[in-house]
Amino acid sequence: MRESRGAAERLRRFQPVTLLWLAAAAALIFLVAAPLIRLLVSSFQSTDTGGFTFANYAIAWGHPRDLVALGNSLRYAAEVTVLSAVLAVPIAWGVSRTDMPGKAAIRALILGAFITPPYLGAIGWILLAGPNAGWLNRAWMGLTGSANGFMSVYSFGGMVLVTALYAFPYIFVFTAAALDLVSSEMEEAANILGAGGLRTIFRITLPLVLPAILGGAIIVFLDTVALFGTPAIIALPARIPVMTLELWQFFEFPVRAQAAAAYAIPLIVITLAMFSMQRLLLGRKGYVALTGKGGVRRVAQLGPWRWLVLGYALLVVVLAVILPYAALAQAAFSKAWGLGFSWANLTLNNFRALLFEANSRATIIHSFTYSAAAACLSVALALVIAYIVSRRLVRGGGVLTVLCMAPLVIPGIVLGVAFYATYAPPPIALYGTAAILVIGYTTRFLPIAYVNSMAGIRSLNPEMEEAVRILGGGRLRALARVVVPLLKTNLVGSWLLVFIPATRELSTAIFLVGARTRVISVMMLDLSENGSFETLAALGFFLLGVTILIVLIGYRMVGRDFMLRRS
Amino acid sequence: MNKDGMSETRLSLRQITCVFGKTTAVDRLDLDIAPGEFVSLLGPSGCGKTTTLRMIAGFMRPTAGTIIMDGETVSSAAASLPPEKRRMSMIFQSYAIWPNMTVAENVAFGLKLRRFDRETIRARVMEMLDTVQLGALADRYPAELSGGQQQRVALARAMVIQPRVLLLDEPLSNLDANLREEMRFEIRRLHDAFHFTTVYVTHDQGEAMVTSDRIAVMNHGRIEQIDAPYLLYTKPRTRFVAGFIGRTNLLGGACEGDVVSFDGFRLPRRMFEENGRALAGAMQFSVRPQSIALRRARADKAGVVEARLVQRTYLGESWDYVVSPTGSELRLKVAALPFEVFDVGDTVWLEFDPLQMAPIAG
Repeated sequence: MRESRGAAERLRRFQPVTLLWLAAAAALIFLVAAPLIRLLVSSFQSTDTGGFTFANYAIAWGHPRDLVALGNSLRYAAEVTVLSAVLAVPIAWGVSRTDMPGKAAIRALILGAFITPPYLGAIGWILLAGPNAGWLNRAWMGLTGSANGFMSVYSFGGMVLVTALYAFPYIFVFTAAALDLVSSEMEEAANILGAGGLRTIFRITLPLVLPAILGGAIIVFLDTVALFGTPAIIALPARIPVMTLELWQFFEFPVRAQAAAAYAIPLIVITLAMFSMQRLLLGRKGYVALTGKGGVRRVAQLGPWRWLVLGYALLVVVLAVILPYAALAQAAFSKAWGLGFSWANLTLNNFRALLFEANSRATIIHSFTYSAAAACLSVALALVIAYIVSRRLVRGGGVLTVLCMAPLVIPGIVLGVAFYATYAPPPIALYGTAAILVIGYTTRFLPIAYVNSMAGIRSLNPEMEEAVRILGGGRLRALARVVVPLLKTNLVGSWLLVFIPATRELSTAIFLVGARTRVISVMMLDLSENGSFETLAALGFFLLGVTILIVLIGYRMVGRDFMLRRS
Repeated sequence: MNKDGMSETRLSLRQITCVFGKTTAVDRLDLDIAPGEFVSLLGPSGCGKTTTLRMIAGFMRPTAGTIIMDGETVSSAAASLPPEKRRMSMIFQSYAIWPNMTVAENVAFGLKLRRFDRETIRARVMEMLDTVQLGALADRYPAELSGGQQQRVALARAMVIQPRVLLLDEPLSNLDANLREEMRFEIRRLHDAFHFTTVYVTHDQGEAMVTSDRIAVMNHGRIEQIDAPYLLYTKPRTRFVAGFIGRTNLLGGACEGDVVSFDGFRLPRRMFEENGRALAGAMQFSVRPQSIALRRARADKAGVVEARLVQRTYLGESWDYVVSPTGSELRLKVAALPFEVFDVGDTVWLEFDPLQMAPIAG
């Protein structure tokens, strides 16, 4: 009797959550696995026959210029990393461990640098340090009577400075978080043994947070190697070849997607290697200060020296935030920025044009709607997968984790190439649609949402869900009635953490936008090519205003440190 | 009750085994529970009691063996009915009260899933909340309740659906001592009122004694003994049970002719064999400290042994003495009433009651 019930029994024991799992796995294949495999395959595919070939690699790497670009990119990233550390570490120490005044303001201004899209900062610096016309150069010429400015942003050094000013907050966040955890007792132990203040800093405090500094530095390095916006604005006119720009050139007519793929693979390899190194560094045991409880923390009394530390912090935030935004503000409210400060030059037309001209208004709407859609998709997908993995609903949850985290090691511009190669051609033919941008953003920021969801779900006691099930509710009901409501704050936080970078994402978008799907970041790049800095600055301010509004809403809903949290 | 004439069993565990990697958490365990019965799984941590409970609930699948509820196989190595289909309910160690719902919403949850109409749900929820004395707190959120009140919400939520089997996983371990004492009686009171078939997991023998009809003492994934609480105490069958339930003295004895001889003293064999009990060869006895009486003078009867008092501790409700029979290396724990005062070094006479000396295996 029991045997004949077998099939019905099995049906009865089938759980609807299995469907959800299948859907999530399919989504991951579509979003992550397929584009990456396609990229790898097409790098070995002949343009004409579709057969296996190494020719693409020969084309991609055959020109000496391509190797120069690789060298430049590595040098660029290394210099930016070192400069960022020099900018970040003293301020982190000052804010975390000393009685430096104005800590809250410095933190707020560094957050300002953090949320500034690097290409917008670069534009600000063109207005400041463009040869001859830039404000700083004009001031120099006015003061010294010299015929030429003293600096040009259109140089390797200029590019490094401008990039580091918007990259250093990463190292700042990592270092300050680690310093916050170093117990003062460790420093006092050195003091009692006779070490002075400076010796203690260099022998005890800094070594303890070194893994954190290096962790942040690697992120800066990776971000810089993969950076597209700043080089497009500065290196292109300065004729400095770098990898991301070379990659872009493969998409100039005639499009050589296979060669682009072949050129992109080494970028992934570099990223992967650096990323594993970062994991290794941050995963090392023995640095109790980073893993244990904080213990007692006392701030160092610097006496008059605290003004020096504050001065350094102010110098950095003035360079990163105050000067560029002052220049951008001047441009945003000017008829022509070069005419300088005068009532006659003052206008609101730049903003008016943005909001009332159909084309630019559509662009703004695109950016926000695509970003919102991508944030919803990636948060939902990340939640489902994090739930499946952490509750061990299927075997091989590790594979799902790897797929979710994989976009982290794919530079945005390579992701753009991969999506273009996979979904632009028929039969899927998504090129020029909003969908390809939305799924591109979703993939790009999936790791952020995943890390957040995982942390949230780990904080929930599984008994909360088991209580639903034993009372007769399925897993889906447990998700809907218990997990989601309890993680509401966490989910809002991840949504914002995806939405904010998506609104300014440039490197993925550059290959995926079509004539009717332009987004803010691409529009800014176009405006800078045309030299329309006034409209560009207005657009930048608009984006910044919206971002600040969202960050403030985030503070209200999620808590004060959601942007600067280290995860 | 059962049409097929099967024995009246609500829940039957047959040769249930659960293996994690190399460790066997539950080892070929058999257990039958009658409808309305309250059974505790009692044992030290790591004995497999929680694993057994989670297999009954359906959260884990056994590696081997079957679980049968009302004649239907609900768990086997091949298939397992998911927890939501078992019509059981469970009280968790953390209570698992949903903080996003009010007390009333928590309690109503299971009833809503069973699609009762709104009026019925409201009436049943209020009735149940009154039963657990939470009627006035129906609209509070769990964060606004004390630990004991949260515990009552968990009880109400689990019982209001009238489960076929009610499972409790160390429900009192997060409460402070006084509340824990109070809640044991509360749990038994509720069982007397509703008679749900109940499986209660605990490592606290006091809880198990107060609440249970029968206690299954578990060790290394197996049930050492399952019996009514007083039988576990007076008739432990294994060394583990004798040592785990209450305090005891373990004595090795051997039958030699008409005496049973211990280290340093002998007791008449006939005293052990009243009520038809038979002894043979060498064996172990569990002798409770309360079953040995201390006398200052030798009484004129059998089973009396001379000893010296070596150590004493006053515990308020009783004396804890340690005595050593003359000519013996043994140290015996003896409990005495507060007015039975002896000094260290005194010579005392021990009166054994062989019927309270339980022969044990291994």
